[in-house]
Amino acid sequence: MVDVTHTGPAVGATAPAASKRVALKRVLGPAHVWGLGVGIVLVGEFMGWNFAVGKGGAIAALTACWLAGILYTCVAMIDSEVTSTVAAAGGQYAQAKHIIGPLAAFNVGLYLVMAYTMLEVSNAIVTGDLIDAFAHNMGLVGDVDKRAYMVLTIVFLSWLNYRGVLATLTVNYIITAIAFTAILILFFYVKPWAPGDVLKHDGLLTGLPYGGLGILAAMHFGLWYYLGIEGTTQAAEEVRSPARSLPLGTLTGIMTLLIAATLTWYIGSGLMPWEYLGQAITPLYDAARLTGNPYLEVLLFVGTLFATLASANGCINDASRAWFAMGRDRYMPVWFGAVHPNYRTPFRSIVFFVPIAILFAVSTPLDQTITLSILSGLLGYTIMAISVIIFRRKWPLGMISRGYVHPLHPLPALLLLLLCTVTYFAVFLGYGTQLLAMMTFYIGASVWFVVHRYKYCRRGEQFTMPWPKPVGY
Amino acid sequence: MRKAPYEPPAQSVFGQIVDAFLMLALVLVTLYLPLLLKLAGGGTTTRTFDNPTWETLGQNPTMAAQWEKLGFDPTSAAAIIGVKFDYSFSTVALVVTGVVIVGYFVAMIRWSDKEYRDVIAERFDDSGPAR
Repeated sequence: MVDVTHTGPAVGATAPAASKRVALKRVLGPAHVWGLGVGIVLVGEFMGWNFAVGKGGAIAALTACWLAGILYTCVAMIDSEVTSTVAAAGGQYAQAKHIIGPLAAFNVGLYLVMAYTMLEVSNAIVTGDLIDAFAHNMGLVGDVDKRAYMVLTIVFLSWLNYRGVLATLTVNYIITAIAFTAILILFFYVKPWAPGDVLKHDGLLTGLPYGGLGILAAMHFGLWYYLGIEGTTQAAEEVRSPARSLPLGTLTGIMTLLIAATLTWYIGSGLMPWEYLGQAITPLYDAARLTGNPYLEVLLFVGTLFATLASANGCINDASRAWFAMGRDRYMPVWFGAVHPNYRTPFRSIVFFVPIAILFAVSTPLDQTITLSILSGLLGYTIMAISVIIFRRKWPLGMISRGYVHPLHPLPALLLLLLCTVTYFAVFLGYGTQLLAMMTFYIGASVWFVVHRYKYCRRGEQFTMPWPKPVGY
Repeated sequence: MRKAPYEPPAQSVFGQIVDAFLMLALVLVTLYLPLLLKLAGGGTTTRTFDNPTWETLGQNPTMAAQWEKLGFDPTSAAAIIGVKFDYSFSTVALVVTGVVIVGYFVAMIRWSDKEYRDVIAERFDDSGPAR
């Protein structure tokens, strides 16, 4: 095995240190970036989004879907600019390191790891529940132990990631395309051009059961439609042409998801009473069952299964790369910064999270793990909005080369901050204890970093971009 | 003039293991334990129904038909329909949560900037670009 080592002097040590590293392979194009982003997120159309219906009703969930779409459009715009300029493994983590500072970078790294690990856990839970429901609906005699499938999902996908990123993301690309096709087929089967025939919006839409407050509350799970699209940036060091591929892959990804989210809401709210939809584990599979077409039921079973597997696959990829990058920089023990000599993957970071994911998967409810994932994502979006404002101040346009410049700055950043504030309140409504538990975790980790961990980090080496000195320093 | 580089201490393998397990413990204590003890989760109220019908559950014929296609009768559906979120909250709790979140971000950015100045001071001359 080959460890990352830092043996050179701190100043100007980038080149010697880099020469000792086994670099990640640059093999990915825009389609892989799209597959990684949409692959992680598409599962949000198959499950989880419908909890927004439970928090505010179907109309509130649609409002939340579009508000969250605006939030993520801001995220994609900001992310595309920063990522195409700071193209390094770790994505937002590496960006925070160069733009805000070490403690912020440490926190952002943890946001990424926690958001993706809890998303992976949620996927594993749904896989187990889906197989259980499918076996039951097919008339299988006896019980299925869901936990076995949860564990199998996590272990198998971790092994796949251990073996190599190209194979992993190529698989992701294919199964994401199949899952997306399943949504489209379901959409056309329910004849949206003939209201009342299959879809029953007239009888099922009930206004706002919780009033206007329900719209705010629904924003909590509205994020689930898109959560993880920013994961495209994790592959920055493995993309052949970051300045072109990352913005292209990310922005086409958000467009795909906006369409898929709207279709999904339309199908779900036209087939299921809101009280059922608001707590369903596998809503699109249930929608297929309600059509009475057995082939469609099997297709949506496969689609849901593929979406969860693609998502979990991408999550393991992203969480491990963020942890790897933190290990390489000594924000975490340097042991995690090793690259496998044959497979060229961050194998120790991949393996470390397997037991944690299994523990949460087999013993916690889906809405809780989704909330933990959403909260970490939300903290990351908040810092992203702050980060881009600082980025433009420290390196104004024209001072450094940017792969992409997002328009209307600072409007997207301010809008993102506003929508993040709304979403904190949405989480507070009903899940306030978890919000405080999550803050306790990050505050505790920050104290540990400041008091203990940072002393092992070199200072000047953390800044690796060939940029001029930032304005004001 | 560039600042002299900080030379960090080497960390033993044992120290690295301890650090990894400390993070693991922090995850378990702050995130997993509240779930295990059922201290976290949706704030809900549960309404019970005696001899429920689709009408008493507030379901119109379209809704009732879809519930039945999903395999529910009024009794089994009542367990789902009766659970509602409780959005009443304490203003003090809201203010405390807001202060914790804002305080966290302010402290993090201020401390990060302090550390960042050291990074920049090591990395750059007073005028020149990074080398």
